[in-house]
Amino acid sequence: MSGQRIIEVSNLHFTYPDGHEAVKGISFTIYQGESVGIVGANGSGKSTLLSLITGVIFPDKGEVKVGDVAVTKKTLATVRQKLGMVFQDSDDQLFMTTVYDDVAFGPRNYKLDENEVKARVEEALDMVGIPHLIDRAPYKLSGGEKRAAAIASVLSMKPDVLIMDEPTSGLDPKSRRRFINVLKGFSHTKIITSHDLDMVMETCNRVIILKEGKAAADGTTLEILTNGELLDDCGLEVPLSMQKCPVCGTCKQGL
Amino acid sequence: MHMADALISPAVGGAMTAAAAGVAAYSVKKIKNDLDDKAVPMMGVMGAFVFASQMINFSIPATGSSGHLGGGMLLAILLGPHAGFLTMASVLLIQALFFGDGGLLAYGCNVINLGFFTCFTAYPLIYRRITRKGLSSGRIFWASMISAVAGLQMGSFSVVLETLLSGRTELPFKSFVLLMQPIHLAIGVVEGLITAAVAAFVWKARPEILERVETGKTMGDVSIKKVLSVLLAAAVIIGGFVSWFASSNPDGLEWSIGRIAGTAELEASGGVHNFMANVQSKTAILPDYGFNTTDESETSEYAGTSVSGIAGGAMTLGLAALIGLAISAVKKKKTVRSRQH
Amino acid sequence: MSKIVESMYSIRMLDDLARKDTAIHKIHPAAKLLTTIAYLITVVSFGRYEISGLLPFVLYPMVIILLAELPAAQIFKRLLIIEPLIIGIGILNPLFDPRGWISFASIMIKSGLTVTACLILVSTTGLDKIAQALRTLRVPGVFVLQLILTFRYISLLTEELARMLRAYVMRAPLRKGVRLKDCGSFVGQLLLRTSDRAQRVYDSMKLRGFDGEYHSNGESRIAWRDVLFLISWSLFFIIARIHDIPAFLGLLLERVIG
Repeated sequence: MSGQRIIEVSNLHFTYPDGHEAVKGISFTIYQGESVGIVGANGSGKSTLLSLITGVIFPDKGEVKVGDVAVTKKTLATVRQKLGMVFQDSDDQLFMTTVYDDVAFGPRNYKLDENEVKARVEEALDMVGIPHLIDRAPYKLSGGEKRAAAIASVLSMKPDVLIMDEPTSGLDPKSRRRFINVLKGFSHTKIITSHDLDMVMETCNRVIILKEGKAAADGTTLEILTNGELLDDCGLEVPLSMQKCPVCGTCKQGL
Repeated sequence: MHMADALISPAVGGAMTAAAAGVAAYSVKKIKNDLDDKAVPMMGVMGAFVFASQMINFSIPATGSSGHLGGGMLLAILLGPHAGFLTMASVLLIQALFFGDGGLLAYGCNVINLGFFTCFTAYPLIYRRITRKGLSSGRIFWASMISAVAGLQMGSFSVVLETLLSGRTELPFKSFVLLMQPIHLAIGVVEGLITAAVAAFVWKARPEILERVETGKTMGDVSIKKVLSVLLAAAVIIGGFVSWFASSNPDGLEWSIGRIAGTAELEASGGVHNFMANVQSKTAILPDYGFNTTDESETSEYAGTSVSGIAGGAMTLGLAALIGLAISAVKKKKTVRSRQH
Repeated sequence: MSKIVESMYSIRMLDDLARKDTAIHKIHPAAKLLTTIAYLITVVSFGRYEISGLLPFVLYPMVIILLAELPAAQIFKRLLIIEPLIIGIGILNPLFDPRGWISFASIMIKSGLTVTACLILVSTTGLDKIAQALRTLRVPGVFVLQLILTFRYISLLTEELARMLRAYVMRAPLRKGVRLKDCGSFVGQLLLRTSDRAQRVYDSMKLRGFDGEYHSNGESRIAWRDVLFLISWSLFFIIARIHDIPAFLGLLLERVIG
C-alpha cells in the first residue's frame, strides 16, 4: 500500500426528504491502489454512499475528502476530475449518438484538443476490449457491450479512482468473465458496490459491509467473505464459489 | 394552434420574435443564478413531457388549426413562470425544426401565444391569486382549471390577431373569433383537468416540487404592474414594426383594419416599398416586366396568369428541373468513380 | 399513444440523417441556420397574391436535398402531414374573395417551401449542431442547454412510456388502451419515473465534467466555404425577391418568338 489517502469519509449522515435515514454515521479511509468492495443487503445505503462520495448529494453531518480536498459545492469540479463513476444502468450513461461521442464526452468537457480526445477514446476502448464498436450507436449494443462502453466513457477522463455501482448486474457469464479480467488489469484505485460476491472476491483486496446505513465490518476480502456468521447477520451469504458443491455436497478444500 | 410561416407576414413575425426574445432574455436573467442540479433536469423532463402531450391533437374544422394541449400552465406550476416559459420555447423550437409544426418565423408568435399568456399572465394573475393562501388539493384544482382556460383563450385570440394583421388569409374577424374561442374553451377545460390532475399528483407524491415554486425560490412572484407594463411595451413595439412595414403591404394591414373598423384605406407611404422599387428599377434589365409588388392592381402579372407569366413560370420550373437533373447526374458520376477506385 | 411513440422515433430518423457526410453537412451550422432564416423571410414577404415570384425559390430546397442526399420522399411525407392544417384555413380564401384561389395557391406554395426549409435544415445539421450555432449567435446558454436536454429526454420519455404501456397492456388484455380512470396515475408515474431517470443521466453528465456548455467536435471555426454559402444563397434570394424571374423569362420568350 502506497499509503496515500485517496478518499476519507468521516461520520457521514444522510436522510432523504421523505424521512428515510439512509446513512447513519459511516467512516473509513481508502488508500491509493486499493480495490474496495462495498457490499450489503438492498437498502443498506450503498448507492447513497456513492452519491455522497461523488458529491451528487451532500451529507447532513460529516464530510467526504477526496485527496485532501473536502467535497463541497465549490470544489465539485476539481473533485470530480479525480473520480470516475460508472452507473448501475449503462443507459443512464450513454446518451450520445455514437460510442465515440460518448467516450469523448468527458475529455471534450475538459476542452482537450481533438487529437488528444481521439487518442484517449481509442485507448479507453482498447482497455475494455471493444475498439470495434467505436462508431456504433449505443442503443444498438448488448448489455455487456454497453457496460464496457460506459466504463470506457469514464476511463477516457483518466480518473484517479474508479467507482462502479453493481457493474456485473445483468451480464451474461462470458461478458461477466471478460469484465472481471479487464478489471484485474486496472491499476486505478477502485470502489465497487455489488451483490456479486464472487466477483468481489476475485477483484477486491478489501471489503466493507454496510448494514442499515452503518459500516458493519471493514477488513480484507478473505477475512470478511469467509465469515459465514457475519455475512448472514448482514443479510448476505458466503460467496457461491465457497459454498458446498451442489452435486456431491463436499465442502471446498481449505475451509 | 401552432402558426405556420405561410400565414404570417415578416412584420408580424419579426415583431413577435422580438417580443419573445425580450421575455426570454428576462427569464434567463431571472433564473440564471437559481439553476441547480435538480432544476435543470426537471426542466428538460417537463419539456419532453409537454412535447409528448402536444402530440395529442383534436382537429378543428375550417380554421385549419388543430387544437392540442398547450402545457404552458403545467410548466408554470411545476417550474415557475420563468423556467416554464423557457421550457415552452425549447419545446416549440424542436417542433418547428423536426416537424415543421410552427415555422421558424412564426416561432415568436407561437412562443408568445403558448408561453407568455400562460406563464406570465394567467399564472401570476389567476393561479397565484388563488393559491396565495396556501396549497390544497381544492385550490390547486380550481386554480389550474381557471388559469388554463384563461391562458388558452388569450392565446387563441392572439392567434386571430396575428393572422389578421398578417393579411394572408381572408377570414373576417368576427367569424374567426367565433370559431376559435369556443373551441379553445373546450380544449381549455380539458387542459385544465389534465393540468389539475398532474399538479395534484405531483403535489401528493413530491410536494417539495410545488412548494419550491410557491416560496418564490424559482421566482414564482410576478407583480401585476410588471405584467401590464410588459404588455404595454409589447403593444408599442408591435405597433411600431407593423406601421413601418405597413407601407409595403398595403393590402394586408389596411385590408384587415378596414374590415375590422370599416374605415377608409391607409395611404401607402415610403418605407420598404419605395426602397424596393428603387432597387428594382436600378437593376432591371427589361424594365417593363413584372415587379414583385404587392400592389393589387397588378394582380394578373405577378400572379402569373398572363400568358407570358405562365410561360415564364413553366420555364422557371423547367430550368430548376434541369439544374436538378444536372446535379444528380454529377453526383452519380462521382459515386461511380469513387466505387471504381 | 402509439402515435406519440411513432413521432418520437421519427425525430430520431431526422437526427440520424444529420450524421451523413456530404458537402452540405460539412457547412457550418450557423451558416445554414442564417441561410434558412433569410430564405424564410424572403418567401414569407411575398404578398398575398404572388405566385410566379415564388417559383424560383424551389431551387434552394431542391439543390440542398440533392446535394445532401436527403430522402425526398420522407421529407414530402412530412409535408403532407402538415398540409391539412394549412389547407383548412386557406380553403376559406376562395369563399370570401374573388381572387381567393390565387391567394390560396400562394399560401400552399409558401407553406411547402417554408416547412421544407426547416426540415432540410434539421436533417443536414442535427439539433446538437444547431445548438452550437445558436451559441455562436450569442443565444443564452441557459436556453440552449434547455433545448438540448429536452431533446435528449424525449427519447428517455419514449422508452419509459413504451415500457409502462407494455406492462399495463399485459395485465389488461381485454382492454384497448389505458382506462380513463387510470390515466391520472399512469401519467403521474410516467412523469416521476422519467424525471428520476433524467436526474441520473444529468448526474452522469455532471460527473464527467459537463458544465452546461456543449463542446462538440471542436470544428467550430467558420471557413470561407460557409461564408460563400450564406452570401451566394442570400444574394439569390434577394434577386429573386425583387425581380420576378418567371415574368422575365416569359417576356424573353415573347421577344424571341414574336
